[in-house]
Amino acid sequence: MIDVKVDGRLKSQRFRQEREADWKRLERLMEKVEKGSMASLSEEEILAAPVLYRSALSSLSVARATSLDRGMIDYLEMLCARAYFFVYGSRETLRGQLAAFFAGGWPAAVRSLWRETLVSVALLVIGALVGAWLFGQDAEWYYAFMPKEMTGGRDPAATTEMLRSTLDGSKSSSGLSMFATFLFTHNAQVALLAFALGFALCVPTAMLVIYNGVMLGVFFSLFASRGLGVEAGGWLAIHGVTELFAVCLAGAAGLKIGWSVAFPGERSRLDAAAEAGRLAATVMGGVVVMLFFAGLLEGFGRQLITFTPARYGVAAATALVWGLYFYGPRRRAKA
Amino acid sequence: MSDAATLKLTRPFVTPEGVDLRLQLADASQRAGAFLLDAAIMFAVLTVASILIAILGIGALAAAGLKGGEVIAVLWLLGFFLLRNFYFVGFELSAAAATPGKRVMGIRVAARDGGRLRPGAIFARNAMRELEVFIPISMLFAPTMGEGGIEGWMYLLGITWAAVFVLFPLFNKDRLRAGDLIGGTWVVRAPKRKLMRDMADEGAERLQRYAFTLEQIDAYGAKELHVLEDVLRQRDRKTMRAVADRIAGKVGWTRLPEEDDYDFLSAYYAALRRRLEARLLMGVRRRDKHDTAR
Repeated sequence: MIDVKVDGRLKSQRFRQEREADWKRLERLMEKVEKGSMASLSEEEILAAPVLYRSALSSLSVARATSLDRGMIDYLEMLCARAYFFVYGSRETLRGQLAAFFAGGWPAAVRSLWRETLVSVALLVIGALVGAWLFGQDAEWYYAFMPKEMTGGRDPAATTEMLRSTLDGSKSSSGLSMFATFLFTHNAQVALLAFALGFALCVPTAMLVIYNGVMLGVFFSLFASRGLGVEAGGWLAIHGVTELFAVCLAGAAGLKIGWSVAFPGERSRLDAAAEAGRLAATVMGGVVVMLFFAGLLEGFGRQLITFTPARYGVAAATALVWGLYFYGPRRRAKA
Repeated sequence: MSDAATLKLTRPFVTPEGVDLRLQLADASQRAGAFLLDAAIMFAVLTVASILIAILGIGALAAAGLKGGEVIAVLWLLGFFLLRNFYFVGFELSAAAATPGKRVMGIRVAARDGGRLRPGAIFARNAMRELEVFIPISMLFAPTMGEGGIEGWMYLLGITWAAVFVLFPLFNKDRLRAGDLIGGTWVVRAPKRKLMRDMADEGAERLQRYAFTLEQIDAYGAKELHVLEDVLRQRDRKTMRAVADRIAGKVGWTRLPEEDDYDFLSAYYAALRRRLEARLLMGVRRRDKHDTAR
């Protein structure tokens, strides 16, 4: 039974010695890939990787069946796993991924969340109506909803003249870029929070959206009660169209996740959550971009454009652009 | 890690070529270690960058007045935002699919379904950190919210909240974080493993000097072979002496006083492995010495 060969080596030993160089080569390739990027590989190396991977994989199968060299089997298992992730992993560059995201991935994800988006918009509107109604009952409600640091003196105690002056935009243009940046980062953080909170079965996300609506409602009613409704509308709309739309989308993304976790339907809960998560995250990536534009519009546009009709014009233009981009007809994507 | 624990975290993972890679999930301590490392890196970067920016800011204020200071403030705000939200996403989008902390721990992110790891999945799994990490932290460091016991209750709430999410991976068998659940990902072990020396290389040479009989070789199975392999690798003199005496006693090998323990053990290792592998080729796998499989 014992196999007697001239050189006395074991079969598994010879098996390993004959293939070791290929494995080492694959290992070096993987190290290079994991350290840098696809770009660091030469054309020849990119072509060689899948071949080396398959031969390592077949070595692994053979080794498991015939060898008791545990070090080799463990090594091959790990090497094959690393190579698998490379061979079957994403080959796209960051630029390609970004291009695909803006060209189709993002709008498609937004469109597929249309139900949640409608719900989210409805929640915002209900919130705004409730806010306006409460303000009509008693102006004191204003203080309950608006945090002190956000009002900047814009509260029911202020005179009409003072309220009017806050709508003009600041006199000097200094500090605008910082203001815009602050608004962007703050809003994006809140939007990401609304998304993450969806995990808790929709409720906190819905509350956050409604709360935003209420703030909008009381704020607008304050100005409307002094006959400044049109001006305040322009002041809000120039960035609000983009910002509130983004907030609604973030809410929709959160709702989608919460809903899928709560009611997974025919799929398993885990699968439903993962699928919803990927879709919602694609929407969220875009929401951050939208909030960036909203921050620019709020920080610069609103302070520099003070003519109310012009503000409405910008608002209408942004609404048109986003509407067409997300929901407009487009050519069928190549299959 | 014991074998039982390893087995518990091993998942079948069949490649399109039909080979099961038997992926091992990262255990809780590796996950925690990786996260703490990343948190430390983020904190260090934030501190150093803040100091640099503060120095620059003072310079800019002196040189260009308010305008200069503004640019610096914008830089800081944006930098903080990017670090907080895109540190994890950025690193996990790379080919290694791991943050520096994960790389050190030898683990990486993978799609649970075995497919490509999509950017959406990575974004989703890391956006949930907002809920898992940053909310509790900001709760704890929030300015006092009114007088009396409110603050204490906020602390308690924050800690409970954080505890639920931090301990989340311990309560499911796949060690999923809430973010993994949403992203459809899991974290697997992918350490850089070097190919260890083949212990048969030395044994095969020494085998000529030792003529074991078939009965002597047949005393052990694969499990004992692997223990012997470990003993040979460690090459600890005392252990080798004990093991050599034990084997010699069991198989009835008379040891000569001048015989080297290592020589004897590696020769026996090679003989045992040759015998077991030869039987393996015939489809008989002898697991250990109690296994009487024929």
